Amino acid sequence: MTAAVIAARIRAAARPGRGVLAVAVLAVWALLAVVLAGHDTLALDPFDLAWLHRRLNEVNDAVGNARAGDSTVIHLLDAVRAAVDALVRTMQALIARPAGGRPVPVLGWLGVVALATYAAGALGNLRVAALTAAGLLFIGMQGLWTAAMDTLALTLSAVLLALLVGLPIGVAAGVSDRVLRVLTPILDVAQTMPTFVYLAPLTLVFLIGPASAAITTLIYAAPPVVRLTAHGIRSVPVTSVEASRSLGATRWQQLRGVQLPMSRHTIVLGVSQTIMAALSMATITALIDAPGLGKLVLASLEIQDVGAAFNQGLAIVVLAVVLDRVATAAAARTERPGRPSPRRARLRLAGLAGGAVLAVWLVQLSRTYLWAARFPTTTTVGGHDVSWTLGGAVADGAGGTVAWLSNHAAWATGALKDTVSAVLVDPLQALLAGSPWWVTLVALVALAALAAGPRAAMVALVCLGLLLGTGLWADAMTTLASTVVATAAVMVVGVGLGVWLGRSGTADQLVRPLLDAGQTMPAFVYLVPFVALFQPGRFTAIVAAAVYAVPVTVKIIADGIRGVPSETVEAARSYGSDSWQIITKVQLPMARAAVTLALNQGLIYVLSMVVVGGLVGAGALGYDVVAGFSQGFLYGKGLAAGAAIVLLGVLLDRVTQIAAGRAAARGAPRLSSPSGLDARLRPALNSRPRPAGPPRRPVPTGSTRR
Amino acid sequence: MATPSTTTDPVIEVKDLWKVFGPRADAVPRSPELATLGRRELMERRGNTVAVGDLSFQVAPGEVFVVMGLSGSGKSTLVRCLTRLVEPTAGAIEFEGENLLTVGEKRLRHLRRHKFAMVFQHFGLLPHRRVVDNVSYGLEVRGTPRAERHRRAMEVIELVGLSGFEHGYPAELSGGMQQRVGLARALAGEPDVLFFDEPFSALDPLIRREMQNEVARLHRELGKTMVFVTHDLSEALRLGDRILIMRDGRTAQVGTPDELVGAPADDYVRDFVQDVSRADVLTLRWVMRPVRPGDEPDGPRLAPDVVVRDAVRLVLAAAGRPVQVVADGEVLGVVGEEEILALVGGAVGGTVGGYAGAAGIHRGEPAG
Repeated sequence: MTAAVIAARIRAAARPGRGVLAVAVLAVWALLAVVLAGHDTLALDPFDLAWLHRRLNEVNDAVGNARAGDSTVIHLLDAVRAAVDALVRTMQALIARPAGGRPVPVLGWLGVVALATYAAGALGNLRVAALTAAGLLFIGMQGLWTAAMDTLALTLSAVLLALLVGLPIGVAAGVSDRVLRVLTPILDVAQTMPTFVYLAPLTLVFLIGPASAAITTLIYAAPPVVRLTAHGIRSVPVTSVEASRSLGATRWQQLRGVQLPMSRHTIVLGVSQTIMAALSMATITALIDAPGLGKLVLASLEIQDVGAAFNQGLAIVVLAVVLDRVATAAAARTERPGRPSPRRARLRLAGLAGGAVLAVWLVQLSRTYLWAARFPTTTTVGGHDVSWTLGGAVADGAGGTVAWLSNHAAWATGALKDTVSAVLVDPLQALLAGSPWWVTLVALVALAALAAGPRAAMVALVCLGLLLGTGLWADAMTTLASTVVATAAVMVVGVGLGVWLGRSGTADQLVRPLLDAGQTMPAFVYLVPFVALFQPGRFTAIVAAAVYAVPVTVKIIADGIRGVPSETVEAARSYGSDSWQIITKVQLPMARAAVTLALNQGLIYVLSMVVVGGLVGAGALGYDVVAGFSQGFLYGKGLAAGAAIVLLGVLLDRVTQIAAGRAAARGAPRLSSPSGLDARLRPALNSRPRPAGPPRRPVPTGSTRR
Repeated sequence: MATPSTTTDPVIEVKDLWKVFGPRADAVPRSPELATLGRRELMERRGNTVAVGDLSFQVAPGEVFVVMGLSGSGKSTLVRCLTRLVEPTAGAIEFEGENLLTVGEKRLRHLRRHKFAMVFQHFGLLPHRRVVDNVSYGLEVRGTPRAERHRRAMEVIELVGLSGFEHGYPAELSGGMQQRVGLARALAGEPDVLFFDEPFSALDPLIRREMQNEVARLHRELGKTMVFVTHDLSEALRLGDRILIMRDGRTAQVGTPDELVGAPADDYVRDFVQDVSRADVLTLRWVMRPVRPGDEPDGPRLAPDVVVRDAVRLVLAAAGRPVQVVADGEVLGVVGEEEILALVGGAVGGTVGGYAGAAGIHRGEPAG
């Protein structure tokens, strides 16, 4: 008998024991939580400060003082800030803000619509061009033209910077192993870190305003293009590179002649992901006073004007859909092999030339006439004023619906809210935040050890120790409780939908576009409908976070289920398994690595919504961060809360990654590399756009068999 | 080897079976015009592919029925149609007199749980389960209690020579051993019919030979009916009582090994079998000639089903006196040095000479 077999036996013998132990840990924990409730919870009042928070406040003051003095570092950073600021302001002047002594931007709305439509048609196709025109006009009719252009200006500035920085780095990481090794952990952190967290430290150096917003957006948006560029270059077949080398090409010639052209599609995909990430982040930077739609939504949420928030959120969605479709169409263009027929090429050229002339003419109009410069609200037709605006109607409709819901459906939503709170959230919160800190700490480390082994336990111990250091233990545990409940909900929905989609090609084709759309939506937008349904509060934040995390989870699980070899499923079927047996005995166990990965991503997504939840009264860490931006004396506490969120993120990410690695090691097909690079690429690659032509994935009928 | 007897009812009877892929597939078998179109024309005209086209055959109890053909000939689709893993487009499959195409989902599941078992090309094992749990999977889905199914699993694990590995995971086993697990899983439920879908083509040649012997041994010991799909002619000849050669989803020829080699139905089958060592497959029936005046009448006597290879030594040793081929006391013909050398030397092209070649497409009752 081989050692491997013996090891397998030991593992088999050990497995049922782990579950029992975990239950035992939970039981002891619950008992101690009841007995010692309220002792040593380290709870901190919202306006109380811990030692660390005061120190951070002092650092903030010191930086402020240095700005007035003549520290070289600060001046250097200030120069960067000024340059970025100038870029954003130029963009704004171009499309959003009055410029050049005129009361309107350089390009009026007609000019922007014309140029954007032309660009969409040239980069993508006629369909997305039409969509672009319609989307922009709709936003204008919502009465949100200027705000949308502010958002767009910020997004485009950040994208420009991200590409300027990201493309060369990506190429370097594609060519050099050393660069990739250094870069991977940095990118991991940048992408794992919940979006809001780098807002605070950045404002320390770059102050509040558009420059900080652009730089934050840049940090968040650059990783996809870096990763996908590196990935694209690395995916070029070795033989192609070798062939060019054998012909005596220099490194540069290899890159220009072989690697870059062959990875063009992946790189464009990265660019489109960067654009979407930038839009998402640009709306969020409203928290640090960035102009645009995000700021409007934020203001509406603060005064609980759900109707207005809905109208503004809708504009963000429209913008996101337009950008996403155009980017997707542009990426699809690069995928098309070969050249079009000469006749088609001529036709296209003629169309482009004609379009360019038309666009230039419209731009000229928008610089000449006020009606083409400032989006009109009314037009006089035959002596009557016809209103162009839809915004009021949308807001009223949404507001009316909310009013109706709060009158008629409140009992249902209220009952749901109360039940879930009483059954799940409150007990968990009592367990995590209500027990003495040392009980919680020991219990969490023990659970990590049982779930994922000693290495995970070490990670948990370090992260929890550092959490203690932030002085926000109780808030962190409260946030953790909400995160766990939200993630549990995500997993229930994710496994259910994922299995369905993984098993049915038809279901996949129906639902996947919705998931794609859901993933392009900026985090903010998710809050609006749930505030309407459930009123501001902890529960609303949990639901919004769960909904935000569902698409990625479903996709990963569906792909995992589909990745189970068809022959294995067929074998199970040939032995007379019914559907339930196939799902529970074959597909889910074999997709275990995917399920764990989905859990990991679900946690990260949920956690990244924590701060957004803070906006609607979820309290705890999210509130601490938000308050830190608005109240000077809470600044240090906000920073510490940001750090606490990162620590929670690292804790949950690492432990689930280690667990995923263990799941993969036990026979199930591997889905993620240990570094998590593939895991994070996967969602990106999944949303690979569908070009015209054959369907992306043939519906499994068995016709693909020999 | 058991040979189908005309007196017993077939276990499986396939009648006019069709499997057509593509849009509006069911129109193809119904239209006499479309049904006879070639593959390429049908694809161009309607976008349909005929994987199985108008096949009819019977499998007798205890028989090893081999379906053989090149990639894309439809043989894997055919074997999946037989258990409705792939839904046939038209025709009938009778299993013990019951038409499988009309039974409900529940009855079908019952049949799969109790009557059929299948062995797959890439094994189709569950990587997260131990060998013993893989082997007992079929029993598990039909609801056998744990202790009993493990007992039974251990029996078949022993039978296929995997004792000692029952607690290992599939990934810890070699390809050949993994397929033994697949074999054990198929045997565990004591099915009436075993289906094999190219079970050994993923294995290297030595292991493949070993596994073929294993199947032959199991067939000898257990006498199960087997439907065996392969693209390997030597495997087909080695295992098959009868062989169906498929081409583009249709029957090229059905017959015993010696019929295929001795009397290929067309050039396609002839090309297929031309490299076969004839002496290993053909029997004396295929090479004997009529008795001529002047033949020594006192040569050694052999039955017509003796394989030529086994008769070579005797014929050559008989020195001028041709061997008499005798069945039921009647002399059917004789085989002399000339005939043997012609065959062994490969001088006989295409169809075997002698009158049996033309007449002997249906092999008679086993002699002796």
